[in-house]
Amino acid sequence: MTLRNLSEKPVGVIGAGNFGSAIANILSYQTKVLLYARDSNVVKHIQEKRENRGHTFNEQVTATNDMAYLAKECDVLFPIVPAAHFRAMMKNLSPYLHPYHIMIHGTKGFDLKLPEGQTLETMKVLTRDHVKTMSEVIKEESVVVRVGCLAGPNLSKELAQRQPSATVIASPFQEVIQTGKKLLRNDRFQVYGNNDLTGVEMAGVLKNIIAIASGALSGLGYGENAKGLLISRGAVEMIYLGRALGGNTKAFLGLAGIGDLVTTCNSPMSRNFTVGYRLAKGETLAQILGDLHEVAEGVNTIRIVKKCADYYKVRAPITDRLYKVLFEGMTVQEALGHLMRYPLDVDIDFIQD
Amino acid sequence: MEIVEKKNKNIGYEPILDGIPNWPVYQLSKNRKEFLEEVTEKSITRIKELRPTRKQLIDELEATVYREQNRMKRNRWRVDPPDENAFWADIKKDLVELSNKSENEAPNKEDEILRKISYRYANEIAGNFKPSSYKVARAVIKFGFRRLLNGARVKKFGAIFRSKYTLRDKIHIVGKAKMIRKLAKKGTVVMVPTHFSNLDSVLIGWVIHSLGLPAFLYGAGLNLFNIKIIAYFMNSLGAYKVDRRKKNLPYLETLKMYSNIALQKGAHSLFFPGGTRSRSGAIESRLRLGLLSTSVEAQRNLYLDKPNQGEEVRKIFVVPVTLNYHFVLEAPDLIEDYLHVKGQDRYFPEQDNYGSMQLLKFMFKFFTKGSNISVSIGPGLDVLGNYVDSDGNSLDAQGRVIDTRDYFISNGKVCVDLQREDEYTRMLGNKIVKEYHRINRAFASHLVAFIAFEMWMKKFPKLDLFSILRLPEEDLEIEYAEFRDTFKRVRKEVYRLKDEDKINYATHFKGKADEVIKHGLDNVGTFHLKRPLLKNKKGNIITHDLTVLYYYHNRLTGYDLEKFI
Repeated sequence: MTLRNLSEKPVGVIGAGNFGSAIANILSYQTKVLLYARDSNVVKHIQEKRENRGHTFNEQVTATNDMAYLAKECDVLFPIVPAAHFRAMMKNLSPYLHPYHIMIHGTKGFDLKLPEGQTLETMKVLTRDHVKTMSEVIKEESVVVRVGCLAGPNLSKELAQRQPSATVIASPFQEVIQTGKKLLRNDRFQVYGNNDLTGVEMAGVLKNIIAIASGALSGLGYGENAKGLLISRGAVEMIYLGRALGGNTKAFLGLAGIGDLVTTCNSPMSRNFTVGYRLAKGETLAQILGDLHEVAEGVNTIRIVKKCADYYKVRAPITDRLYKVLFEGMTVQEALGHLMRYPLDVDIDFIQD
Repeated sequence: MEIVEKKNKNIGYEPILDGIPNWPVYQLSKNRKEFLEEVTEKSITRIKELRPTRKQLIDELEATVYREQNRMKRNRWRVDPPDENAFWADIKKDLVELSNKSENEAPNKEDEILRKISYRYANEIAGNFKPSSYKVARAVIKFGFRRLLNGARVKKFGAIFRSKYTLRDKIHIVGKAKMIRKLAKKGTVVMVPTHFSNLDSVLIGWVIHSLGLPAFLYGAGLNLFNIKIIAYFMNSLGAYKVDRRKKNLPYLETLKMYSNIALQKGAHSLFFPGGTRSRSGAIESRLRLGLLSTSVEAQRNLYLDKPNQGEEVRKIFVVPVTLNYHFVLEAPDLIEDYLHVKGQDRYFPEQDNYGSMQLLKFMFKFFTKGSNISVSIGPGLDVLGNYVDSDGNSLDAQGRVIDTRDYFISNGKVCVDLQREDEYTRMLGNKIVKEYHRINRAFASHLVAFIAFEMWMKKFPKLDLFSILRLPEEDLEIEYAEFRDTFKRVRKEVYRLKDEDKINYATHFKGKADEVIKHGLDNVGTFHLKRPLLKNKKGNIITHDLTVLYYYHNRLTGYDLEKFI
């Protein structure tokens, strides 16, 4: 497969949010891009102003809100929409998809598949049967099998400024990894491959929990020691949770795990970090979500993971305390105090002693 | 009162192709020589792709010779040809000569050696389907079985000449029989049954015939050919041989190419994707993907041959089949093997302690005493594991038609991507395993074995499996009332699973608990020297052979029924 071949057909990006726009931009150095936005005003805005959310587009990017057209024109699609809307988006898109399509998603959240009439609150237990990664949603809702995901330390703002960065593409198919590499790679953007799709997805999703915690520590005014403590303990917790949910440890040690974790935990730009920060400053969750323009996946992830951790009996103290802060009115200060006193075996959980 | 299996409705099927000369398998064996040459040449091409340099190829050949000579020393079978030693000694000599020469002195010599090996393998693998012996074998099976059955069932002099009972009363074929017939007309069928007993091969041959399907190309373990009587039937049914001792690259590639090309030529095929008989007694949960991958590859090649969208291409359909027995002759040995391996990770050579005599005796017992067999035929799948309708169209989860060709397309063209196809094969394998469990037809005997064993497991929560199996059998007894309650509870869960379309059960499964339990106890492993499960004088449940009970119990593992004991 040569680059020329690929560039004959445009590549699709679904979702014109912050990250979607950033990816569309990176792709546009190599190939024509069709950028799908649900809102026709956004499409109009992009077409007229050649700009969206601070990302300036070159002439290779065309905006559309026609799914049939998108699927017909593009063999390769990058769906980057919030996890809560992902399944609905796939249902709409599915009739136009074929087994030759390649889909590489960039959504770091879980999908919930509950029995009719149930909500997360009414479910007695939550198991892996109810919790789906985005690649699983793609495979359930469509005939697409060549699925991959995109994860790593990729803050949209830095990408927009063409700062050096890297990402990992995970897929069981070499073809998907190679295609993704060819499309995304440039002198400012390095791309690695990994064949543990589930592991990389898990790492990307679970790190959002730790990002909220990191924001909270920062909001309390603590410095680098506390952050180092959090990141290393957070990584351990992610690994335990990830294993219970079907990923391998290895993926957590790469770009999608440690790489992304360090970045998000240090970045006041990230939404999840912001949620934690403002919580520590004494705001309530409702207030924060009210004026946050984009989705903070971490909040929902904590609700889901807390329940799964209960079922699989995984020790996840950080997730557990954050859950209490977010939904049960515990203050960040109390939660931290609890974590610092948390009794654990010395050899494994050395930090919290 | 005896619970009788509902009489089978299917009275028999007309053959879908009249006249053996039309059968693909006959066409293959008529042009045997050309076919084998094609297999050899294409295998060589493939092997050279995998070992592209001269050095790599020679290394591979040396490894092959080493392994083969080792095998002959350690693990020789009756079926092995007598000239084996000489052949490999020659190859070794050729290789030694070659190693002293440069590429220019002996150009393409390594190809020649490879050709010799591959051709020999192809010859060894290939079956030899002869219409005359096929007919004889078919008649013998049919006639012999029917006579036995009638003689045994109706206890009157002269009954042996009556035809009141046929095999069909003994062997229940359920599931998508009509569909497989339609698919066999539309495309090429690959039947993939579960594998529990050496009897499977003969049984499935009869099933294929009685469905009115032409003879299938048959992958059978070479070890089966050690048993003369089976070897006779297998040979005449057109079986090809799979030798699981040979793990060298030239052999594996030749074997796969054989199946691949036969499929492309439209020969309906059959192999056991579990590889060998299930040692534990459980339904296969991991398949060997080697032969399975040939169906994916063959399908891709068929699309490659007709590269234009919309051109009619013969499709390959994969049909999972689950076989169910109350009784497996080899159970005690199989489970010993299994525990041996599980207990300590060691290789065990495949051996069969049953010769022709034992098998005949078993057959006689089987026909004289009631022990039914059930064969569930699953719905057809395409090579990606999508369900197909009876016209052979692949369907997605929403019921929309999928063009299977699209799976092999990149940048608008059908292309070869072996890594991608490996992944497809894995997906297909997972789907087959899921189907096995779904179409599995549980018997009362499986359920009583499952419940009894799990109840004993629960009684000794501190013991691991091996310690439980070492418990003296005299110490084990379950109150009948308690057993009955558990039985009812677990059976209800099986009903629920069936409603969720996760399992199936035999017609005798429903009815009064006491009667179904009795049916189960009477049938579970009934011809073993030591009965795995029975009632004592007090009417309580006891065992004479816990290990064999464990084997029959395993049949219902994988459904999470343990939780309800």
